[in-house]
Amino acid sequence: MLSVENFSVTFTMYDRGLVQKQLTVITDLDLEVRAGEVVAVVGSSGSGKSLLAHAVLGILPANAETSGRILFQGEPLSAARCQALRGRAIALIPQSIGYLDPLMTVGAQVCRVGQLNGLAKPAAKLVMLETFKRYNLASEVQHLYPFQLSGGMARRVLVAMAVVGQAELVIADEPTPGLHPDVVTETLNHLRELASEGKGVMLITHDIEAALQIADRVAVFYAGTTVEIAAASDFANGKLRHPYTQALWRALPQHDFIPVAGD
Amino acid sequence: MQLKRLAQFTVRKLIRLVLLLIAVSLFSFVLVSLSPVDPINAYVGAEMLQIGPEQRQLIAERWGLDQPMITRFWLWLQQLGSGNLGTSMIFNQPVGTVIANRFQVSLQMLAIAWLLSGLLGLGLGVLAGAYEGRWIDRTIRFYAYILASSPTFWMALLLLIIFSVTLKLTPICCAAPPGVLATDVTLGQRIHHLILPAVTLSIIGVASIALHTRQKLIEVLNSDYVLFARAQGETLWGIIRHHGLRNILLPAITLQFASLSELFGGAVLAEQVFAYPGLGEATVQAALRSDVPLLVGIVFFSALFVYIGNTIADLTYQIIDPRIRIGGL
Repeated sequence: MLSVENFSVTFTMYDRGLVQKQLTVITDLDLEVRAGEVVAVVGSSGSGKSLLAHAVLGILPANAETSGRILFQGEPLSAARCQALRGRAIALIPQSIGYLDPLMTVGAQVCRVGQLNGLAKPAAKLVMLETFKRYNLASEVQHLYPFQLSGGMARRVLVAMAVVGQAELVIADEPTPGLHPDVVTETLNHLRELASEGKGVMLITHDIEAALQIADRVAVFYAGTTVEIAAASDFANGKLRHPYTQALWRALPQHDFIPVAGD
Repeated sequence: MQLKRLAQFTVRKLIRLVLLLIAVSLFSFVLVSLSPVDPINAYVGAEMLQIGPEQRQLIAERWGLDQPMITRFWLWLQQLGSGNLGTSMIFNQPVGTVIANRFQVSLQMLAIAWLLSGLLGLGLGVLAGAYEGRWIDRTIRFYAYILASSPTFWMALLLLIIFSVTLKLTPICCAAPPGVLATDVTLGQRIHHLILPAVTLSIIGVASIALHTRQKLIEVLNSDYVLFARAQGETLWGIIRHHGLRNILLPAITLQFASLSELFGGAVLAEQVFAYPGLGEATVQAALRSDVPLLVGIVFFSALFVYIGNTIADLTYQIIDPRIRIGGL
């Protein structure tokens, strides 16, 4: 469904005075997400994982330059195609409630996603209520403002927003940090469910443990590129090839608990 | 809970207002009393030579100018307590009446300038913010910086030269054609005389509102929630319509009410240039001729006016922003 080939992102910025500096954040990245599959992209903070998501959605900042290819459903994802598809065929589940408009009620924002997907307002509202029901959100939640949501509710609202549209590829960008373990499991299960419905799910996280719970394959991200793409089962079987992946695995508390050396 | 907070808010504001008014009246009373302009000379004017010291003494006694300043302030304060602002020396009318008449004339001008600068400023600010760094943004910013740094009276003179002297589109002065009885002035004539002063005031006010709005919109457009909105497929104008305006409106309204003070200050200069007989012009008269009761009265009134504007600005947050209204943050 989504295949990223030989993909790089470079930022041009001013270093000191008028001296321009090129900063390559993602280099020669390859990744594939198939329908019905959860692919976890795991890496430490600042390794460029979120930028990958932004690149697929075509919302990188203006000073970013990309090279390589991104194919979506077999066709290159050009800027125009990206604009037509984002929010419709490709949906984003953001990191936190900070990605919701603080002065707009949750219902209005979910409805807006429906409208952007071509539904009329009443139809969008119906879909919203259905989706709320599916994710166990009371219909009163639609009148709440983002700051009034609890952590668990917020997660469900954000997942609901991705589902209101008929997205085929869902990109979840760090959906689980700082959450209660129960909420983490719940959110991950929601993502797994989406994959079972035939959508492709790209789970971006630094939490390798969470990723292994639901992912079919895990892409390990290090210094702007994927060092290894392994099946989730390879982790437990000890079939990991790259030393960084092995180090990540060993760093987990339930294994050897050896910290990963800093970059 | 809500009611209690609102009551506390009101009481706090009222106490501050009373303190402010006391300070403002005390300072203006002392300053005007100490000014080198002799109120009797200013009142008598050109006929100074025909008046003897006895008559001067009579005038001074009638106005209480023979009393020491502290006694006069005390008497004034006592009278204020019973709602009497005193009598204007130059208009020979109660100060309350003078202010009411003059303010009515100024009010239309202020209201037009206020609305115009608010709407124009918001529009230009949004446009500049949406196209940050592009030529349209640069043009608007250039225009705003020039306006922000040009003095009101200079702007007024410039407009007078262009529209009244060269193009002869607008009248050169006053609030009505000269030689026409106040009762015979038509609405059209009044508006005709009103346009230029109001436009002067509003184009000066536009600058700061446009720049503030632009800054706020850029901040909003760089926020996480706008990034998410873009990921949902919103276009730039969709984002501005659904998220931008909503998030810049509160600061804009606050700024708009807080700008009442600048507007009032601008009106003093603009009215002077256009000889527009409003409150601003009366202020200049009162100061130049050392009319203490009128000046203190006007200062009193304008402090009240500006304070109310600021209080409304404070209140809009409490009423409109759901995070404060519901959350009680």
